[in-house]
Amino acid sequence: MLTAVVLLPLLGFVLNGLFATRLRSHPLGHGFVTALGCGLPIASFALVVLGVLKLAAAGWAPLVETAYRWAQIGDASFEVAFYLDRLSAVMALVVTGVGSAIHVYSVGYMKEDEGYGRFFAYLNLFLFFMLLLVLGRSLLVLFVGWEGVGLASYLLIGFWFHDLANARAGKKAFITNRVGDAGFLLGMFVLFQAFGTLDMDRIDASFAGPVLPAVSASLVGILLFIGATGKSAQIPLHVWLPDAMAGPTPVSALIHAATMVTAGVYLVARMSGVYLHAPEASAVIAAIGVGTAFFAATIALVQTDIKKVLAYSTISQLGFMFLALGVGAYGVAIFHLVTHAFFKACLFLGAGSVIHALGGEQDLRRMGGLARRIPLTFVTFAIATAAIAGIPPLAGFFSKDEILWYAFASTRGGSPLLWFFGAATALMTAFYMFRLLWLAFLGPSRMAPEVEHHVHESPRSMTSVLVLLAVLSAFGGFIAVPHFLEPQLALPATDEHLHAWETPLLVLSVVLALAGLALAAFLYGGPSGRVDALRARFAGAHRWLSGKYFIDELYEAVIGRPLVWVSDRVFLRVGDRALLDGTLNGMAAVARGGAWVLGRVQTGSLHVYAWLVLAGLAGALLWSWRHV
Amino acid sequence: MDRTQLLIGLAAALFCLGLVGVIVRRHVLVMLMCMELMLNGVNLSLVTFAQQSGTTVGAVVVFLVFVVATIEIALAIPIVLLLVRAKRTLDLGAYNDLKG
Repeated sequence: MLTAVVLLPLLGFVLNGLFATRLRSHPLGHGFVTALGCGLPIASFALVVLGVLKLAAAGWAPLVETAYRWAQIGDASFEVAFYLDRLSAVMALVVTGVGSAIHVYSVGYMKEDEGYGRFFAYLNLFLFFMLLLVLGRSLLVLFVGWEGVGLASYLLIGFWFHDLANARAGKKAFITNRVGDAGFLLGMFVLFQAFGTLDMDRIDASFAGPVLPAVSASLVGILLFIGATGKSAQIPLHVWLPDAMAGPTPVSALIHAATMVTAGVYLVARMSGVYLHAPEASAVIAAIGVGTAFFAATIALVQTDIKKVLAYSTISQLGFMFLALGVGAYGVAIFHLVTHAFFKACLFLGAGSVIHALGGEQDLRRMGGLARRIPLTFVTFAIATAAIAGIPPLAGFFSKDEILWYAFASTRGGSPLLWFFGAATALMTAFYMFRLLWLAFLGPSRMAPEVEHHVHESPRSMTSVLVLLAVLSAFGGFIAVPHFLEPQLALPATDEHLHAWETPLLVLSVVLALAGLALAAFLYGGPSGRVDALRARFAGAHRWLSGKYFIDELYEAVIGRPLVWVSDRVFLRVGDRALLDGTLNGMAAVARGGAWVLGRVQTGSLHVYAWLVLAGLAGALLWSWRHV
Repeated sequence: MDRTQLLIGLAAALFCLGLVGVIVRRHVLVMLMCMELMLNGVNLSLVTFAQQSGTTVGAVVVFLVFVVATIEIALAIPIVLLLVRAKRTLDLGAYNDLKG
């Protein structure tokens, strides 16, 4: 059954990929693509639900299903096996559930697009690889899915590849991920050398055993985390995610917000057995996580592209998840992953609805006053905004508050410093999200007249998904994911002395969320002079933030340009042209020269030949006389 | 100097005469004739040695050489004819199309 879950989207990819482009002109083509493209993910979701019910009936003992034996090398067996336990059940439900919703949304969003069939084929392909990643039992299967989602992401970022910038963004995402994958592969090698297996449950179990395996858990942890930083866009490999917004908006919602970018979080949570014995690696994860959260939030404060704000917000929220992982609260990280999937998918799809309504406009400076024109989008967007800002009792409040609490009090590396940066990030999150809400939906309209004339609410297929996700964003916090996962991913102990702080911190985080709201309302709800005055006051800081700290430029100067220089001067001119071409040309020249010398013998004069034969005969006779 | 030595000397003289003719002369037919001369020198030495050793093997080989020489000349003459037809000369200096 798990095999069927994984294979159904692949079937959709194959059928859509083979037939959709040929059926484009046929009246039934559109229906065919829609039925397959949406139907198969929904069927997959239904099968996951069935699987979870079966899992519950079996008392939550993990379901293992071996689909195929890949290779048998010595004692090591490489199998394509699927594994459903509490953790992968949560992930599979999110992936197929939110994934199916976004597929349905795409029906309306991509309706007019020329590549409608191609789009659904890619989306189905993505879902296939994502399910492989989530349900794979072995790290190897996970890695295949890991690379596969990277491929699907590349294809979908560059979906409108006629614009060179989009194709370039896809390439950037792909190459940045390769850097992380190198770390991932090394981690896998170390693990395989130590254990002779890559099955994640076995690795976790041997770390839990009485005798610790002879491998440095911190080394493995750091190497796998390098892979996670690539896929989950953490410092220093975060640069690809903002550019990935070049893809169609449903792609940003599905791949670059709800599912694929959380693969790193899933990986760390899945390998928690290793990280429990790697306090150094966990400290690194917490530091990188909170650093990324803070840093991305500051950039999001000043972005003017609606999708870029959401992209930096995603990076920031992923940082929150890694903060939770770093302090040992794996279940809480997965909880935030789930709620984030709900509200961030809702935000991205809402942004897509706005872009759809405005005929492709993405600049916040040319929006405003949309609340009355597209009320359903506004309401759902506002709910999701409040959810991510952490206003109770919406979903984001619960997960974020738990992360902050464990960052403060966990005995596995929690500290007030982590809490402080986390709380500051939460304040900024509330501010920039309400800023986005105000600029896009409230206040006076700044739209061009002809754009304003065409503003329309999105079709039912899009708004129904928005409503569904808004409901989940509102009530998703009541799903006690950490509690559900606790038998598998135990929550860390908290410091007894700090328990008195729990309620004040809870109140404080609500106050921070409301402060963000108030600040945004003050700055953007009032006369526009306030923002301009603030920007003029902090012109230098604004330049740094809107330039994204010039990280891209730094990488270009430190890595890109030296690489081009070395490639050109050393590899191309010395290596390729001088060494390789030179060797081949030299050999050809030697052959030609030798042929010229030997060609002198061929005078065409029979007498010379006769002399030469004579000389040869005489030489042969002489030699045989001497030697015989 | 007995008869055998005399005959071997004659054979060597015939061979060298043919060889010098092949190397020195430019006329194709003369060169072919010189080659026959060389073959006859060899044949003479074969017969002489056969006589001396009292076996007939050498004489049999001579007959083989006759056959081969006949075939050789039967092929060489048409080739020369064709060459002459193409070049209108029997001078070897003109036949240098394969010059490297």
